[in-house]
Amino acid sequence: MLGGVAGGLSARLGIDAVVIRAVFVLLIAGGGTGFAVYVLAWLLVPREGEGSSIARRVVADRRAVSTALAVGSVLAVVLIVVSALGLNFAAGLIWPVSLGMAGLVFVWHGAQDDEKVLLQELVGQRPIAEMGKGGRLLVLRVVVGGILVIGGLVALIAAGHATVGAVRAILAASIVLLGFLVVFGPWWLRLARELIVERRERVRAEERADMAAHIHDSVLQTLALIQRSSGDPGEVRRLARVQERELRAWLFEDRPPGAFDDETVATLGEGVSAIAALVEERHHVDVEVVVVGDCPLDDDLRALLAAGKEAVVNAAKFSGAPVVSVFAEVEDPRVTLFVRDRGVGFDPSQVADDRRGIAESIRARLARHGGTAEIRSTIGQGTEVELTLPRGKATR
Amino acid sequence: MRPRVFLVDDHQLFRSGVRAELGDGVEIVGEADEVAAAIELIRERVPDVVLVDVHMPDGGGQAVIEAVGSTNPDVRFLALSVSDAAEDVIGVIRAGARGYVTKTISGPELTDAICRVAEGDAVFSPRLAGFVLDAFASDPQAAGGAAPSFDPEIDQLTPREREVLRFIARGYAYKEVARELSISVKTVESHVSAVLRKLQLTSRHQLTHWATERRLL
Repeated sequence: MLGGVAGGLSARLGIDAVVIRAVFVLLIAGGGTGFAVYVLAWLLVPREGEGSSIARRVVADRRAVSTALAVGSVLAVVLIVVSALGLNFAAGLIWPVSLGMAGLVFVWHGAQDDEKVLLQELVGQRPIAEMGKGGRLLVLRVVVGGILVIGGLVALIAAGHATVGAVRAILAASIVLLGFLVVFGPWWLRLARELIVERRERVRAEERADMAAHIHDSVLQTLALIQRSSGDPGEVRRLARVQERELRAWLFEDRPPGAFDDETVATLGEGVSAIAALVEERHHVDVEVVVVGDCPLDDDLRALLAAGKEAVVNAAKFSGAPVVSVFAEVEDPRVTLFVRDRGVGFDPSQVADDRRGIAESIRARLARHGGTAEIRSTIGQGTEVELTLPRGKATR
Repeated sequence: MRPRVFLVDDHQLFRSGVRAELGDGVEIVGEADEVAAAIELIRERVPDVVLVDVHMPDGGGQAVIEAVGSTNPDVRFLALSVSDAAEDVIGVIRAGARGYVTKTISGPELTDAICRVAEGDAVFSPRLAGFVLDAFASDPQAAGGAAPSFDPEIDQLTPREREVLRFIARGYAYKEVARELSISVKTVESHVSAVLRKLQLTSRHQLTHWATERRLL
């Protein structure tokens, strides 16, 4: 072909060059306007392997572009008026010629390097040029697409007065469509791509924020604690072990540490184990767990677990025993949870009423869910808490 | 009488730790770090009690118990493990171990357990009691319905045995169980030994199946 315009468009738009050539041929055959379009594109589209082509230099000059746009819009108005007057021949003649003129303006601007620099300094912000970093290509696209649209519109209007109107109308409609595609197609594509990229980045940012929050809550806190207790090797070791366990659970088991009432704990057995791990970490005692049978958790069983946790924490804090035994048994009619220590023991009747642990967290909580709590303790021999919850039909 | 004890564990650190913890309560007559050497040395020295690790290469404690048990039925075994995996524990018990304790057990408790085994009694840790309660589920249909050679004598626990096991699972020592149930310690021991025998003799195919299913307790 003449100027490699079709090939260039093909490379830029990703459309087969043959298709573009066929469009040009149709344009030319459709009313001679395709020739002008081709010439203009020839001027505008940068030639391959030639970074400083006329087109590129010209397009870099926003003033020239706006000039061309002004020319184009004026031409459009003129042509539409002319066409409306029924002067088809005028339309066919005037608009390729005018566009050729606009192209010459471009060439002139592009050729004058000194003037280009000067003009660039004078250039104000243009709406089209503001639309992004792909501004040059956008302008190019708008020009080409705008010409196509105008050409198509003109042809469409002209078709109303022509004898071969039907063919022309179809052609013109296609051209209008193509024009819009050229103008907006890449923009739409880019928009869609940007949306995807943006969403991915947002997800990544959220993940990063989550991780930062987690590391702050766990690792950084632990490091601070280790610094504060650097004089106590045992405590340092304990802190390190606790942190390691938490981190492992988080990294490899995808489970937030110690959250037994969290959704991640699905069964009674898991819940009891989570409580044991939590108390071992926090209170430096061994918690021996035996679970017989298992069942999925419901609200009642979560209450039982919460009460059980309170009992284990109490044993760890107050009994002085190095080991706390937890035994959970799931039977058909009931679930039973025993928490036993061989510590100092206490007299349950002497416990002050304001000790909320036993009264509220264990007894009342369980009672609200239809369960019972029995606490047996002998001073000097230890304590056992027995929690019983009848199983509802739902959990059987 | 101090029981003569033999140690089998593939971890040197653990063997020396156990030696130190047992102190003068027992007489340690030897140790081995692998299955083949253990079998040979145990047959040669004939200890009263073998402390055997459940997890070792080449078959673990189970292989040692089976090999020695066929030639020296008087040698008793106490299994030690960190794993707590039901299938391993049930496996060594069914192979003939008189008990199972976890490696976190304290020195005096371990000494006590060894003496008990040496006298022919069974040693149940709370965890083992839990396993047994779980395996001998109270649901008679699930327990016996499908087993072709169901024998209520060995395939079910008596209510008293169940009660004893529950106390052990709750962390009670034998003498505490005896006090709670107002029976003698000897009676508790005989209940536990009966449970052990049932565990070893039962033909319930569910037991193996159950143990495998409980791999991740």
